Amino acid sequence: MKPFDYQRAHGLGDAGQLLVAEGAKPIAGGTNLLDLMKLEVETPTALVDVNRLPLGGITPHGEGLHIGALVSNSACAADPRIRADYPVLARAILAGATFQLRNKATTGGNLCQRTRCYYFTDLAQACNKREPGTGCAAIGGFNRIHAILGASDACIATYPGDMAVALSALDATVEIHSAKGDKRMVPVRDFHRLPGDTPERDNVLEPGDVITGVLLPAPAGGTQLYRKVRDRASYAFALVSVAAVIHVEDGKIAKARLAFGGLAHKPWHDARVEALLEGEAPSDALFDHAAALLLEEARGQGSNDFKMPLTRRTLKAVLREATGGTL
Amino acid sequence: MPITINGAEYELDVDPRTSLLDFLRRDAGLTGTKKGCDHGQCGACTVLLNGQRINSCLTLAVMHDGDSVTTIEGLGTPDAPHPLQAAFVRHDGYQCGYCTPGQICSAKAMLDEIAAGWTSTVSDDVAGTPTLSEEEIRERMSGNLCRCGAYSNIVAAIVEVAEAQA
Repeated sequence: MKPFDYQRAHGLGDAGQLLVAEGAKPIAGGTNLLDLMKLEVETPTALVDVNRLPLGGITPHGEGLHIGALVSNSACAADPRIRADYPVLARAILAGATFQLRNKATTGGNLCQRTRCYYFTDLAQACNKREPGTGCAAIGGFNRIHAILGASDACIATYPGDMAVALSALDATVEIHSAKGDKRMVPVRDFHRLPGDTPERDNVLEPGDVITGVLLPAPAGGTQLYRKVRDRASYAFALVSVAAVIHVEDGKIAKARLAFGGLAHKPWHDARVEALLEGEAPSDALFDHAAALLLEEARGQGSNDFKMPLTRRTLKAVLREATGGTL
Repeated sequence: MPITINGAEYELDVDPRTSLLDFLRRDAGLTGTKKGCDHGQCGACTVLLNGQRINSCLTLAVMHDGDSVTTIEGLGTPDAPHPLQAAFVRHDGYQCGYCTPGQICSAKAMLDEIAAGWTSTVSDDVAGTPTLSEEEIRERMSGNLCRCGAYSNIVAAIVEVAEAQA
């Protein structure tokens, strides 16, 4: 690991000032950052420890909840209000990592976790995300975990997380404090970026920004499911995941909220798919249409072509379960 | 402020790159906690931080002044083993033993998490009260690998302690 200055932030303003410096990075749980620092994929010159900032706790906010950025994944998934009113979020968190990691991983840090692309973590390989301008060894390489939607010629990496997929389905908002002291609210759906020609930027955070929390809107009700398909039954990243909030009224889908993991550089949300489902009676043909629309622009890279039929089948299984059909 | 490990205080006067794991083994001389992968994948370094299980390889020692850490040395001794240690011996819950300190620290915290009502990804009702089944134990212990493959006996040892506590 490269040497760095360890600094502890004593207030939000303090954190912002320390973080505008070139090469400075915030550390909260550290489970992803320290892993990457050991590999020297991440080489911050200063680590700003934000753990003692008053950003803990889950508090009522309007009709919803404010989840402090330092709330651990474990604490979030164990919170009775999250489990009862936002079960898709609790399920998504519990589907990721292990209890040890979730005890350390934080709400803010989890949003910022980086891709698990093998070429990103291998210093001997070309990677535009790690080192802009060097190329992408995943294109034409081993790419079974890579993106089928929203990728670019510069990068086909996926965002690996589960929590943010549920937050996207729930239309949650990220609360961000800038180094100048102002606060801005960014929908989770707009927080992560597509790679384009700047894949080194995973999300919209600017130098000096500190995530202070996540806002959940009023409980969405309905049937809430999170289905994750992975290479082994536990402790693996999603090949494909689906977060769903589905309301059925009078035999028709009254409301559908869907987000997908494992498909793209960000949790994938496609309002057209939701609109196609809403107002219709659930049927196999309808679900096929929804999957076809979702995958209209999908493009495989060879090894990940299987994600297209897998996404279709996973979406259909989730929709069948959520609308009362059998698996 | 010092860090408290198994009830004793230690000063954190170390290179900031020092992981909590390296601090425990090198600076505090507590070599019960093991380094396996050093990347949070194997669980051999599992310790209790303020009562919760974590991978000690994926956190920096300097972040933990004022915190309290319990390692395998703090759970039991050869003369007075923790019930989980005794059960692992009885059930042959290891072969080489390298993963065992992490397995036992993890199992200790896992039983506390169940008692606190935490559900897991295999729980039928995420908002309900979890019941301890073998499936639950296997899911909840998935962060601790055993390359010797003693999993069946590890599960049996944990079941025995859980039933004795119930």
